[in-house]
Amino acid sequence: MSTRIDVRKTYKLFIGGAFPRSESGYSYVVNDHKGAFVANAALASRKDARDAVGAARKAQSGWAGRTAYNRAQILYRVAEVMEDRRWQFVQAVQQSEGLSGSKAERVVDEAVDRWVWYAGWADKLAQVVGNANPVAGPFFNLSTPEPTGVVAVLAPERSSLLGLVSVLAPVIVSGNTAVLVSSYSRPLPAVNLAEVLATSDVPGGVVNILTGKAATVAPWLAAHMDVNAIDLTGVAGDAALATDLEVAAADNLKRVRRAPAAEPDWSAEPGLEPMTAFLETKTVWHPMGV
Amino acid sequence: MPTTPTTEAPAATAAGSAPGGDFSDVTRSDASLRRFLHGLPGVDQVGADARAASLGTRSIKTTAKAQALDLAIRMVDLTTLEGADTDGKVRALASKAVRPDPADPTCPSVAAVCVYGDLAATARQTLGDSGVHVAAVATAFPSGRASREIKLADTRDAVAAGADEIDMVIDRGAFLSGRYLEVFEEIVAVKEACGPAHLKVIFETGELQTYDNVRRASWLAMMAGGHFIKTSTGKTQPAATLPVTMIMLEAVRDWRAATGQMVGVKPAGGIRTAKDAIKYLVTVNEVAGPDWLDPDWFRFGASTLLNDLLMQRTKMRTGRYSGPDYFTLD
Amino acid sequence: MSIFEYAPAPESRAIVDIKGSYGLFVNGEFTDGHGTPFKTVNPATEEVLAEVAEADASDVDAAVKAARKAYDKVWGPMPGRERAKYLYRIARILQERAREISVLETIDNGKPIKESRDVDVPTAAAFFFYYAGWADKLEHSGYGSTPLGVAGQVIPWNFPLLMLAWKIAPALACGNTVVLKPAETTPLTALLFAEICQQADLPPGVVNIITGAGATGETLVGHPGIDKVAFTGSTGVGKAIARTVAGSDKKITLELGGKAANIVFDDAPMDQAIEGIVNGIFFNQGHVCCAGSRLLVQESVADEVLERLKRRMSTLRLGDPLDKNTDVGAINSAAQLARIHELSDVGEAEGAGRWSPECELPANGFWFPPTVFTGVSQAHRIAREEIFGPVLSVLTFRTPSEAVEKANNTPYGLSAGIWTDKGSRILDIAGRLRAGVVWANTFNKFDPTSPFGGYKESGYGREGGRHGLAAYLKGADA
Repeated sequence: MSTRIDVRKTYKLFIGGAFPRSESGYSYVVNDHKGAFVANAALASRKDARDAVGAARKAQSGWAGRTAYNRAQILYRVAEVMEDRRWQFVQAVQQSEGLSGSKAERVVDEAVDRWVWYAGWADKLAQVVGNANPVAGPFFNLSTPEPTGVVAVLAPERSSLLGLVSVLAPVIVSGNTAVLVSSYSRPLPAVNLAEVLATSDVPGGVVNILTGKAATVAPWLAAHMDVNAIDLTGVAGDAALATDLEVAAADNLKRVRRAPAAEPDWSAEPGLEPMTAFLETKTVWHPMGV
Repeated sequence: MPTTPTTEAPAATAAGSAPGGDFSDVTRSDASLRRFLHGLPGVDQVGADARAASLGTRSIKTTAKAQALDLAIRMVDLTTLEGADTDGKVRALASKAVRPDPADPTCPSVAAVCVYGDLAATARQTLGDSGVHVAAVATAFPSGRASREIKLADTRDAVAAGADEIDMVIDRGAFLSGRYLEVFEEIVAVKEACGPAHLKVIFETGELQTYDNVRRASWLAMMAGGHFIKTSTGKTQPAATLPVTMIMLEAVRDWRAATGQMVGVKPAGGIRTAKDAIKYLVTVNEVAGPDWLDPDWFRFGASTLLNDLLMQRTKMRTGRYSGPDYFTLD
Repeated sequence: MSIFEYAPAPESRAIVDIKGSYGLFVNGEFTDGHGTPFKTVNPATEEVLAEVAEADASDVDAAVKAARKAYDKVWGPMPGRERAKYLYRIARILQERAREISVLETIDNGKPIKESRDVDVPTAAAFFFYYAGWADKLEHSGYGSTPLGVAGQVIPWNFPLLMLAWKIAPALACGNTVVLKPAETTPLTALLFAEICQQADLPPGVVNIITGAGATGETLVGHPGIDKVAFTGSTGVGKAIARTVAGSDKKITLELGGKAANIVFDDAPMDQAIEGIVNGIFFNQGHVCCAGSRLLVQESVADEVLERLKRRMSTLRLGDPLDKNTDVGAINSAAQLARIHELSDVGEAEGAGRWSPECELPANGFWFPPTVFTGVSQAHRIAREEIFGPVLSVLTFRTPSEAVEKANNTPYGLSAGIWTDKGSRILDIAGRLRAGVVWANTFNKFDPTSPFGGYKESGYGREGGRHGLAAYLKGADA
């Protein structure tokens, strides 16, 4: 009796809700933590980044225009679908991060819970960071948060799932759309997440995931005039690259979330800052008279 | 920068009026009147108040101030509208109207004396051919709550007694309940009863409350043929305010742009100081334009204002502050 | 001649004592600068007002060191409630000396006295009063209460004292110390403010004022000893600053240029809309980053709006800024005047219709008449570039969506205006405009409680209100 041969998965990019290969035709070898071959991942190019920005821009106003309640439900749906595929993620985390089974389970649980945590923020953020302003005159004056727009996210290199969720969820919960560059050496959880997003009612283009090298792709995103903000977390520890990217980001005054000196402890509660870094405050005045 | 002549397209065309001042389509029915009046551009209260306040900060000095004080005196409708009014009181007031400052022959006369209809004859007698007009309030002033017949009789009576100006009140009840046609027809009827006398239409803006209503009442009165639109009776608070007067000045400005005709404006009640009066003149100048800086087109309905104007006038002339003892009480 | 020609009503200049020369204000004292002194002039007359010291690198360093020492020893450790009282003191002194400061601001800047008297100076005092109250309540702000340290602040010439207040009041309330550089054409009220700090007995080094031009500002922004950069000015300089601080830990807020759309619908409260258009572009000679420089008017009322606008513009009084009846004052500098001329000439060359009311410009000084360009399209340079002068470009639209598209079609995103009597339309359009401040049925309103700042290339961070605290506290984003 012959043994059954596995059907392997092709790991692709996630752009505009579709799963294309890199337009460059390049891929790169992804090994597990022991150095054994796991898969070939698509190597995102400058043009893939460009396409991803285009998709993110196209999706942005529609995503921001959804009700906060609707975005909350969609983020919660991501958690549901992820939980459903728990074992797939545990395996991917084990494989890429080399964690024990129970540790990998904890990481996946944390990641699912983080989606749930952020889902709840969708319809509370405006209440917590908005303001009614008592101006000295007969005017109604209200400040509300709005999404910054298209955000480039450099996901952490080491924490391939929890870190990834921790930089992605806070960007999209408020109505931004994201172009995310995954961990280079540990990209597969990101592709798995893309497959979850594709089946969780997240509209195409809201999240775009590029597997590849931040050093090659990020400069194009940092300099792209139609990207509104950039999260440099993924280049933590590479001060020279982080500085170059921040300099490039000044071309259109992107909002920059700077890279920490080293990757933080992702299990800590995130606080508001990962969300508020990608918000604009809009203040509307109107007279009050009869 | 001088103001340019008003040559713009009729302001109200957007609201559907015929150019050239033919409003017969508009005044055909309550419905058409409502469509027209409610189609006029709205007035934002806060913005209007702010604009009026900023006009009030103009600083008028020296020659301009001297000119303004004399002009303001010439624009006063010197008023007494008390239940206790008598022939004696009105005679005294009328004498003062002709020679407000007996000590200074260069001081001009006021525009008119404004009294109740039963005292119009007394006023006329004292004023003679001085050129000072006799204005009489009519139409069941100040409430306007009487039948149409009584109001018309009131008007005819005052004209017969020598009034050459009639200050009527509109039916605010009818206006506020949306019976615009009734208000319109009443103004038309009173105007007819006025004969040769000029008609001022009082809105009692304190009761109309909103600036939108003031603008609508202004257009209604102008379409009905009023010669002047007037803010208040002086019997309710608030009476005249600068922003309300400004809204009315905008209306007469737009009316002229639409029809070519000028209509006068009279704020009444609550204007007590020369400083206030000058703010109004600045507003007339900058909102309606200098053509309205004339007693034929702008009046102050006032009593105590005159003495303050006289005191300021004396201060300008003598260089020292004057006191109330140097001016007659009425 | 009009029956009612207003006689001149000049505010007395005797109230202000302008010295022949000014030093830098470092560590609580006026000191000589080591750079090349420069002159500041009255733009309405071109009269030289004073010679002002230029801070070179050593002066900047001394100021930063003084600020650091004050932060470490005095201001940082001081309880918030005590800091508050200093700020209240400053607010009160600004009110007490309001007339003097207003006159000085008008002389150095060229803006009408009625604006410095009724807007700049009272609002500056209000900013200190507002932020004073925060100093001992920061733990309730939502942003924590940990100051950053030393703030380097660079401000423009259009609202010299007011911008100083916007910068210094929240910085001090949060427990930071500051080194502030006013613009080189308008340093005098900042130097008067230094005297006010002395009158208030503010501890030395908490506020340091250094004067100079762009180079001084660059040195300050690049100084490794500061923890925070706050800048208001042009987008070009803002980008350069963002590059300078890249890779550092310096927190940065930028309040930059704008090309605001002022959208007038056919159901607008017309007379107020006209006032709003006039106020939007001619307030402060159009030297306002949030000026409503693009009028977007619905086609069905475009002619009427334009006629009314022109008539209103004809009543604007241009002239002596110290005259209480002046509506439009002097352009701040020869360089700015040249820029306005250049862009206006381009507008004409590109085929837009140019109109100004008849108006006599004074023989001396820098002047530009209120100007409106009609028939402007999105492609015209005058519709895209910030002119920063009394020049309005008029464009038309047909539908609400077209209005929003045109309004947002700019790299800037500071402010916008909407005029319509329909409430739900206001809320919809306000939501779709990409701008940090949206004025509906009003324009150019400012208040210390109301956050101000832009989207996109108009900068980032907010000044004013609770949100304004985030710029001066650790770990906070507004």
